[in-house]
Amino acid sequence: MTIGSIPAHIENTKPPRGLICHFPLGRPLGLPGDPDFQRSVLNALFDMLNESEGPVLRTFAHSLADVEDEGLVCSLPPRLDPNEHPAVDEARAIKGAYERAVSKHGNRIGASRAIGADDVPAAVEAFARIDEGTPWKEAEIPGVPMRVAQDIRGYYQTAALELAEHTPGAWAGEDWFYNDTETGKLMLRVRTVLKNAGAPQPLWFFLSPGDRPV
Amino acid sequence: MSDQDIKNLVGDLPCPTFDDPAFNTPKPLQQCRVAVVTSAALHHPEDDDFESQDTSFRILDASRRDVALGHWSPNFDRSGFAQDVNVVWPVDRLQELAEEGVIGSVAPRHIAFAGNQDETMTSIRMDSGPQAAQLLQDDEVDIVILTPV
Repeated sequence: MTIGSIPAHIENTKPPRGLICHFPLGRPLGLPGDPDFQRSVLNALFDMLNESEGPVLRTFAHSLADVEDEGLVCSLPPRLDPNEHPAVDEARAIKGAYERAVSKHGNRIGASRAIGADDVPAAVEAFARIDEGTPWKEAEIPGVPMRVAQDIRGYYQTAALELAEHTPGAWAGEDWFYNDTETGKLMLRVRTVLKNAGAPQPLWFFLSPGDRPV
Repeated sequence: MSDQDIKNLVGDLPCPTFDDPAFNTPKPLQQCRVAVVTSAALHHPEDDDFESQDTSFRILDASRRDVALGHWSPNFDRSGFAQDVNVVWPVDRLQELAEEGVIGSVAPRHIAFAGNQDETMTSIRMDSGPQAAQLLQDDEVDIVILTPV
């Protein structure tokens, strides 16, 4: 039995039992930290076992909109070193919050694919060099750029679990990172720089979610 | 940006179609063993990370909660999983349901694939998918829940 948030995908693949759930992408069981809600989704799935003929396709009764208007209130630490690039300084400044978040939640989405947490400031500095005019091949990005970018974003979003004044809603962390942090804004600029420089599309397109304008 | 914008972007991606949905009726739920298969590219820390368009799978141990998300796509919210693994892999919820007698048991091993695949999914359909299915059959799983990411 299948849960899905994109109706066309479930309708086309015709699983034996499919439950369309209008939830944010990345949250197939809907609400983190809400066992009752998650159980209601599972109960809706198991209820389809009562159908003797199939395929069965239903829509879960409760929709969860992404929280576009519920921004993440997340205070960033003050500057440590005014001589450092703002994004690099910011990445260093949130290291403590990142480590506390990992202690509480584990390293589920944080830095670990291409770079470790200790390498994030240097990786940010590499992207800053691109922003300042260094050709991307000479900027010394420490790995596949999109993978390094994911580690940087995951580092920030993990730190946000400690810095935020409330539990972030879906996509609120992404919006905070790209709209409010120096590093997130840097990544969006680099995305544009790489595109304008004629870099291969996979190199720059996946530095952020695909609907971000370039 | 919005979740719906991303859904609009990916909604028209071609999907494989199946003439036979393999519908059947399992034994009573109270006797069923349940497993989760997810495309969130989850893995335990010591496992190899997923490569781009990786068609292999990882085994998730139901007794462990130390899992990382190795998905290559940036086009979904990750903060939910960061807060609660059950929003993608509802293993605690299933264990509660087993303790309450709603389901028979939770499978000892669950499966994670990576969701960013080509439109034919040939390797998964012909190779790694049947391997994963055999593993679940070996564990006497009766019901599989797919959580797509």
